[in-house]
Amino acid sequence: MGGYVVRRVLIMLLLLLLLSFTVFVLFSLLPADVARLTCGKICTPETIEANRIRLGLDKSVIEQYWIFLQGLVLGRTYGQGPGAIVCNAPCLGYSFTRQEPVLKLILDRLPATLFLALGAFVLFLIGGVALGVYSALRRGRWQDKTVMGISLIGYSLPSFFIGLVVIYFVIIRWQLLPFPSYVNPWVDPLQFLQTMILPWLVLAVLYAAFYTRLTRSQMLETLNDDYIRTARAKGLPESVVIRKHALRAGLTPIVTAAGLDFAGLLGGAIILETIFSLPGLGSLAVSAVLSPDLPILVGVTLITASFIIIANLVVDLLYAVIDPRVRLA
Amino acid sequence: MSAFLEVKDLHVSFPTGDGVVRAVDGLSFSVEKGKTLAIVGESGSGKSVTAQAVMGLLNRNFADITGQVWLDGQDLLAMSDDQVRELRGESMAMIFQDPMSSLHPFYRIGDQLMEAVRIHHKVSKSEARERAIDALRQVGIPAPERRVDDYPHQLSGGMRQRVMIAMALINSPQLLIADEPTTALDVTVQAQITELMLKLQAETGTTLMIITHDLGVVADMADEVTVMYAGRAVEMGTTDDIYYRPEMPYTLGLLASVPRLDSDLSERLDPIPGNPPSLINLPRGCVFSPRCTFKGEVADNRCATERPELLASTPGHLVRCHLNAAQRQAARESTT
Repeated sequence: MGGYVVRRVLIMLLLLLLLSFTVFVLFSLLPADVARLTCGKICTPETIEANRIRLGLDKSVIEQYWIFLQGLVLGRTYGQGPGAIVCNAPCLGYSFTRQEPVLKLILDRLPATLFLALGAFVLFLIGGVALGVYSALRRGRWQDKTVMGISLIGYSLPSFFIGLVVIYFVIIRWQLLPFPSYVNPWVDPLQFLQTMILPWLVLAVLYAAFYTRLTRSQMLETLNDDYIRTARAKGLPESVVIRKHALRAGLTPIVTAAGLDFAGLLGGAIILETIFSLPGLGSLAVSAVLSPDLPILVGVTLITASFIIIANLVVDLLYAVIDPRVRLA
Repeated sequence: MSAFLEVKDLHVSFPTGDGVVRAVDGLSFSVEKGKTLAIVGESGSGKSVTAQAVMGLLNRNFADITGQVWLDGQDLLAMSDDQVRELRGESMAMIFQDPMSSLHPFYRIGDQLMEAVRIHHKVSKSEARERAIDALRQVGIPAPERRVDDYPHQLSGGMRQRVMIAMALINSPQLLIADEPTTALDVTVQAQITELMLKLQAETGTTLMIITHDLGVVADMADEVTVMYAGRAVEMGTTDDIYYRPEMPYTLGLLASVPRLDSDLSERLDPIPGNPPSLINLPRGCVFSPRCTFKGEVADNRCATERPELLASTPGHLVRCHLNAAQRQAARESTT
């Protein structure tokens, strides 16, 4: 098991390196000229050229990537002399339009995204799995059909539609909640909850639909397995049979999907963050696309992709916890 | 001696989209305490459904069950689900066909055994663990103190079936139902498991109901045999009755399709022609008549029009067949 973990972590690091290179090359191929974008209002060919050198854009892509990697480990200084800009390690790049290191921008935005993802994750996982089990146990009856029907609706509606409808009714028409305005939960927990509850619920509905269906099909499968009959033959109460035997056996694909979904949410729920004006990674990415601000885009893309890769590792390690047969492999 | 397990007029049917499947249709039998009853039949004859009906393992939302199942003076079918659940694993236990899939793959065998103890008895974890180790030792698992922490995938098929037997017997049930306990195992392991079950039955005095299509198992283990076909008993009697004095053509067919050491090697085995009938749409007369090679001997085509009753040919030997005694004698001689 220990060797397995070490091996997997090494593979993950390699993957991250490969990923960063790909992202770096892809963005360097974009037609946008970063030197021009960052040169400000008074733009002469000389300043653009000076910018180009300051940003290291006169070097080859490979060299630029090497400098980028060095920056991650050692930090990086843009330009020389008194006007030089220092970006401390780990330096993910520097946004000249915002005059801040990319990493700081991302870290500032991360809490909102993290809270959004975490709250929604808990809600949709618990809700989805519970409804899925309920539905499986009442297969073919009206309760099952109702849950499946509703989940199909939740599954097929786009998030911006639900988001806008909810804002219109709950906030504008019925005025049950104030307009969303994100604050740090330690500063004002009430306002934090008032802001987050709607995006949490909307995300939960969207994702729970999938988990309801997945859990239901998993349960229907495992409930027919021989060891379930064995569990019943032992005289276990049905609740124990379902929770401890059937659900546990069907958990693996649910854990996979949940891990990847959580990582995806950490990359920012772009539409919902925009609709509910949450200062998260998603809205940061959107504004970086619109400005456009390439260093931020590279940074956000890298961070987001890293979340997915890390989530993959965590999911694989969880497999071993869930299924003892994986441990020997 | 009175019957310990008595099933009276058991009907089990499953309503499906295609029609009602009559899996068990008016089955009655009984076993005395400490004896072994074998229920024999091919796939779809209703033998496993019968076992599950006795154990209360059929979901009554999907199965219509009528009749009576008396276990030690209590009618299980008249009791609530919870009352039957309390008997399950405690007074009656069951072993299943496929030991590969009958144990939960994610839990240690010790935990699965301890669960069986602790659901019925208020004992500490360490005591339950001791019982689990004892049970494993009793079924002949080497080094049970270490094996108790193994996962099912670390054990061979024969070992897993031993674990299943240990789990079934851990609370010393008075009735043990074994549903094809050796079918999924290698031939050498089959003999070991059969021997083990006989030994444990002799030690504990458990009443045994064994369900099988393997007449070899029956000969080794059973006191009484019930032959089932299409959801009903077609012949029942002592093991000797069924082996040496079979009367129903289906039983004759079953016996003729088993290889014997004393038979001529150049002779082919005789399979029973045709397939079992659909349980949704049973033949009008004798359910076996479409496959029966002797139906022409009965006058007026009665085999196709009239259901035969299960009647005693000699005391304790019941046969469901329109053939008369002389015709049965002739049929037996022609097939053996």
